[in-house]
Amino acid sequence: MSGDAKTLLSVRNLRTCFYQDEGTTKAVDGASFDVHEGKTLGIVGESGCGKSVTAQSILRIVEAPGRIVDGEILLTRPDGGVTDLVQQKPDGREMRAIRGGDIGLIFQEPMTSFSPVHTVGEQIIEAVLLHSKVSRKEARLRGIEVLKSVGIPKPERRIDEYSFELSGGLRQRAMIAAALSCNPRLLIADEPTTALDVTTQAQILDLLRTIQRERGMAIMLITHNLGVVAEMADDVVVMYLGRVVEQGDVDAIFHDPKHPYTKALLQSIPSIDSKPRIRLPTIQGSIPHPFNRPPGCPFHPRCTAFIAGRCDKEEPQLVPVGDGRQVSCFLYAPAAAGTAP
Amino acid sequence: MKRPPKLAATPRSPAVTIDEGVVLAAGGQAEQRIAVATQWQLMWWRFRKHRLALGGTFVLVLFYLVSLFADFFAYTDPNESDAQRSLIAPQQIHWRDDGSFRPYVHALTGARDPLTFKRVYVPDPGKKVYLSFFASGEPYQFLGFIPMDRHLIGVQEGRAGDSLFLLGTDLQGRDMWSRLMYATQTSMTIGLVSVALSLVLGVVLGGVSGFFGGMIDTVIQRIIEILRSIPTIPLWMGLAAALPAEWSVVQVYFAITIIISLIGWTELARVVRGRFISLKEEDFVMAAELVGCSKSRIIFRHMVPSFISHIIAATTLAIPAIIISETSLSFLGLGLRPPAISWGVLLQDAQNIQALVISPWLLVPTIPVVVAVLAFNFMGDGIRDAADPYL
Amino acid sequence: MVAYIVRRLLLAVLTVWAISVLSFAIIHLPPGDYVTSYIASMSASGSAVSEGEAIAMREQLGLDQPITIQYAKWMGLMLQGNFGMAMEWGRPVSDVIGDRMSLTVVISVAAIIFTWAVALPIGIYSAVYRYSILDYAFTFIGFIGLAIPGFMLALIVMYIGFAYFGANVGGLFSPDYAEAPWSWARVWDLTLHLPIPAIVLGISGTAQLIRIMRSNLLDELRKPYVMTARARGLPEYRVILKYPVRVALNPFVSTIGYLLPYVVSGSIIVSLVLSLPTVGPLLLKALIAQDMFLAGTIVLLLGVLTVVGTFISDLLLMWVDPRIRLGQQ
Ligand SMILES: Nc1ncnc2c1ncn2[C@@H]1O[C@H](COP(=O)(O)OP(=O)(O)O)[C@@H](O)[C@H]1O
Ligand SMILES: [Mg+2]
Repeated sequence: MSGDAKTLLSVRNLRTCFYQDEGTTKAVDGASFDVHEGKTLGIVGESGCGKSVTAQSILRIVEAPGRIVDGEILLTRPDGGVTDLVQQKPDGREMRAIRGGDIGLIFQEPMTSFSPVHTVGEQIIEAVLLHSKVSRKEARLRGIEVLKSVGIPKPERRIDEYSFELSGGLRQRAMIAAALSCNPRLLIADEPTTALDVTTQAQILDLLRTIQRERGMAIMLITHNLGVVAEMADDVVVMYLGRVVEQGDVDAIFHDPKHPYTKALLQSIPSIDSKPRIRLPTIQGSIPHPFNRPPGCPFHPRCTAFIAGRCDKEEPQLVPVGDGRQVSCFLYAPAAAGTAP
Repeated sequence: MKRPPKLAATPRSPAVTIDEGVVLAAGGQAEQRIAVATQWQLMWWRFRKHRLALGGTFVLVLFYLVSLFADFFAYTDPNESDAQRSLIAPQQIHWRDDGSFRPYVHALTGARDPLTFKRVYVPDPGKKVYLSFFASGEPYQFLGFIPMDRHLIGVQEGRAGDSLFLLGTDLQGRDMWSRLMYATQTSMTIGLVSVALSLVLGVVLGGVSGFFGGMIDTVIQRIIEILRSIPTIPLWMGLAAALPAEWSVVQVYFAITIIISLIGWTELARVVRGRFISLKEEDFVMAAELVGCSKSRIIFRHMVPSFISHIIAATTLAIPAIIISETSLSFLGLGLRPPAISWGVLLQDAQNIQALVISPWLLVPTIPVVVAVLAFNFMGDGIRDAADPYL
Repeated sequence: MVAYIVRRLLLAVLTVWAISVLSFAIIHLPPGDYVTSYIASMSASGSAVSEGEAIAMREQLGLDQPITIQYAKWMGLMLQGNFGMAMEWGRPVSDVIGDRMSLTVVISVAAIIFTWAVALPIGIYSAVYRYSILDYAFTFIGFIGLAIPGFMLALIVMYIGFAYFGANVGGLFSPDYAEAPWSWARVWDLTLHLPIPAIVLGISGTAQLIRIMRSNLLDELRKPYVMTARARGLPEYRVILKYPVRVALNPFVSTIGYLLPYVVSGSIIVSLVLSLPTVGPLLLKALIAQDMFLAGTIVLLLGVLTVVGTFISDLLLMWVDPRIRLGQQ
């Protein structure tokens, strides 16, 4: 349980839409969750459910034609004040200080997350120079230091190399180094291990854990891999079609999933105990595109516990179900409370 | 970062997604219509949305109608010259006479220029020449074998050739309108014939290159690279200049066509080769195999349409360069030679800057060149986008 | 890196060879040979050449030998800078060409500079503000630019100059300097006359380059490193200029290699209309007069010129792109 830790980032009812000729894509549609200081929040969901867009919204780097249309993103500053990032100008001074300064981001693609024509060092030094008043020389030393801290051998040489000269694992470490170079209090890791092979994955996850222990930094770990979540997260948020369907601490979610979607997800991963060569249960139907989202509960067309006349008419809200857990499902909502807005 | 979702109408989104152990099956209602549509239908739907491409196609249809029925659109013999009628200005058509629809032009009367004593023609507002449509005039062979004498425009009395100069005349007093119609015929068909030759070269060499790969591929690629780094115009000028002077119009036409088609093939070969290579690894082929489609079904439902449409797009986009080459060569006097008439041949007159300044209508043939090139570009872009929405 | 240079150098040599064969073919394509044309031109000026003299001349020039040997001899002469005689002019080819070749280079380079200076900012603007009104406007103008061949634009410019300003906008020099020896004043005069030909010649290349830059940059803008740069807290204009624009510039640099043959080609025909003292008008005259040594030499020199230009752009690309410098790809 993380109720005792202070809230660092609180996302309230965030809605981010992409406005295109073909129609509006509600990529994030009323997501709410908290990230606590020094803890890891895992965000899981199938691809396309809006995880990356959520991360981009927090950093205010959602690309046109996308726009945050509603909600609050409350960041607690080091001085204890609270800033609503939604109210900030995306390219304003304040927001730029937060990006890379308070919040670091690492990406799924270590291949393409560095510019191919700039050295790794250049990109790290640039970040240091942006966020602290140091000379170029000092910034370079900081860069070497941070490269060393993420376990890159011969950092004084590597700093002048290009990203394509590094192996996939080293590249992702360099990426982490770049994000850490300004001591962020929150690290958003968007599928940091998806593109890596299994051994390297484990190493990178280890590294993240070590860094977190050493620096007491919060991590928001985005993944579609339930295994990674189980291993890393303190708290879990399950997303479906831009909404949070369930959240709670990691043990509770894995041992006692409440939402039918979470249950289905958990059943579909093979485990050591399961009998060999049986068909894994699958979730019926395909994820609808956020563009033609079903009315009512977005999961109802694929849900096994679908309540006709309710789930397809009304939208369930996140409701507490004890132990600090929250679920958005009519199975857990008192009949009167769940009226659609 | 993400590609915009363009409905589910993409050939590459099979109904099955594979995602970390979660296997999802079958599509929703909206995808039904799309799922049963053939590749060609999908392309047509996408093409239809492309306004400029539709406009371009329409213009090209018009141009080829003119090419096919040039005799009908012209109203007089394009080679009938008369030094007396040199550089007559275009006539203005007056559509209404006495309040009713009765198009006419002012007749021309000969006068002597008081300064140069040259004989010049000036419009005589007192005399009206009434026009008629589908008028009978000079006899010709419709489509080459049906005798006919109807023309789009004619005059009600007398010969059209003597009194009608809609776009004026050139230095030798030939009617620009009629010449333009025949020029359109020549230039537009040269485009087609040359591109057909280029296509054969491109498909054969590009196909061989992409299909066999290895050494052959390398050699052909180097040849293409070399050809592309040579400045073409001087080279083609040299080749064209070497054509014997005594060759007939038809011989020169075909020789020029061949010379010009040597320009276009490299780009087509590149596209064909690229397609061949990517077809081998195309993800929808893999996806289709995964869902258990048979090989022949994959080839005919997915590969062939995608292949052909790319070739059509590249071919369409190759024609403008060919038209411009022909026009340039003929303009220099090295391409088609009179009495052949093409846009480039017509523009030769405009080389004479003195004549051009007093008779700017000599520049009129630039308009169809620019319009045709634009139309081909728009149509080609449209086809390419329709064939592959992800490019 | 060495492998890259060697490969490019080999290709350049191969291209020069191919061009030399083609130029030689141009010299030999027309019926008759040098001596026949020589006899014709001599008899035109009133003096006759005897049968014996003709045979002696053929022998001396090696025209009675197999074509491959003739080619080798010709190449030998070319390499020594001996380009033969220009029949119509009765002077050595190198004399006739004079500084027309360098003026061709000057105009081509000016056109490329214009192309870059215009295409780069517009391409960047169009990609960054995709689907804005200005983007549409540029796209539209670009399409028109592509559709108007250089010589037509030249005609139109000449017409406008004459009809509305009463001035001859053609030429590269004022009458005072046309025949004058080189001096700073002449260079300045040339500079003043350069913009119009450079623009006329550069327009359609500019239109193409805008499209290339726009689509390169759009591709790059989608790449994750742009988002990482943004996430680092860099101001937006620096994100764009420092990263995706810089990366998109690489293929753009290599467009010189492709632009140069195009511009040189165009300069031939544009020079004719604008009566520029480049090799263009000379080539046309030579071809029409079947003065094949002159024509062949010009084609060969133009080819070599573009090959050298392309090679330089390859080196430039290596210099700006570490992936090539360090032997990736
Ligand atoms: N730049 C964009 N333009 C249009 N739609 C986008 C863009 N980025 C994301 N989307 C849409 O938003 C939805 C959520 O995407 P994303 O957050 O990337 O999913 P994921 O959970 O896999 O990270 C998707 O349906 C996607 O199509
Ligand atoms: Mg994602």
